Amino acid sequence: MKGAHVPYFLGLLVALVGFWLGMSGHYTPLLLSLGAVSVAVCLILAYRLDIIDREGSPYVRIVGFALYFPWLMKEIAKANWTVVKACLKAEMDIAPALVKVKTACESDLAKVTFANSITLTPGTVTVEIEGDKMLVHALYEQEAQPEAFAEMDRRSRRAADGKGGPA
Amino acid sequence: MTAAALIAVLFGMLLLLIRAIAGPTLYDRVLAVNSFGTKTVLALGLLGFVMGRPQFLDIAILYALINFVSTIAILKFFRYRSFQVPLVRRGQGGGNG
Amino acid sequence: MADFLATLATGWEVIRFPLGAALCLAGALLCVIGTVGMLRFPDFYTRLHAASITDTSGATLLLLGMAMMAPDWMVVSKLGAIFIFIYLTSPASSHAAANAAHTAGLQPLIGPVDTHDKEGQDS
Repeated sequence: MKGAHVPYFLGLLVALVGFWLGMSGHYTPLLLSLGAVSVAVCLILAYRLDIIDREGSPYVRIVGFALYFPWLMKEIAKANWTVVKACLKAEMDIAPALVKVKTACESDLAKVTFANSITLTPGTVTVEIEGDKMLVHALYEQEAQPEAFAEMDRRSRRAADGKGGPA
Repeated sequence: MTAAALIAVLFGMLLLLIRAIAGPTLYDRVLAVNSFGTKTVLALGLLGFVMGRPQFLDIAILYALINFVSTIAILKFFRYRSFQVPLVRRGQGGGNG
Repeated sequence: MADFLATLATGWEVIRFPLGAALCLAGALLCVIGTVGMLRFPDFYTRLHAASITDTSGATLLLLGMAMMAPDWMVVSKLGAIFIFIYLTSPASSHAAANAAHTAGLQPLIGPVDTHDKEGQDS
């Protein structure tokens, strides 16, 4: 392991320790030492699997994701309302469509964030990713024009890569 | 009132079984089973609160993990017809593997 | 100030059970609505959208309600772990299902779907 991996290593360590402390609830020396052993085994396995990198341990970007999350929740709430209405309407008025969305995200992490955000929003599902184009299935054709995804694209790119446009 | 929520979730699971049994395609069934798993996680949590034993949440966490892994395994099998296909890492052909 | 905080804490203790139970009920109703959508929608890809209601807003409201009724912080942290886990994995499963169906050649319905065919539009 070289020096460039130390932040990812520390991020994984903090996440694992936090997970153990949050789940266990018993802070006796025996259980704490068992937790330390578990964390050490996890770290060794992750090192041998060679997944201590930007994708395997994205905790260094946690501030970006934490800033992105409230906006995503707002979008999810809005989209939920649309889909709930579509589910309960007596006469179904959905107009499904397949839309190609071009993303400006470059790194894989940003692409995954963007695609997951699209899928997490009810009413749109990412069906396929090829390079920088995504095939999106939408419940309402008129609400899934490529411009509708521009802001989500920009924000997820900023969350994952820490750069991009303002706001 | 929590009990009412639990009954509502159980009712939703019951309705979901119709889709899981009648679903015309394979993927409908997989989707129904996955959604059933999510509802099971929520129902387990609610059951813990109704019975006053929040330790049920540990089982709920475990069930959420198993549900995800099993869904992905089933879909991988139906897509490649084999468990022996490695998932594609970057730098090896198409990114949609 | 301390009195005010004490009053606030007492009020919170009184209000958190009804409020949490109401949130749980709302989340459970959303779960049922998502299931109804899964039964009503015409094809697989549209059913995915209905399933994601359960995974996002239903789970959020239920877990939020349970967190309000939680007896201690350990329970809240476990609920938070479930929340994060559902939010990380549900889009992955949805995408895997959609991608597997698309690769297998399942064609989605495109265009306006009208169950009563009043508009006369083809689908």
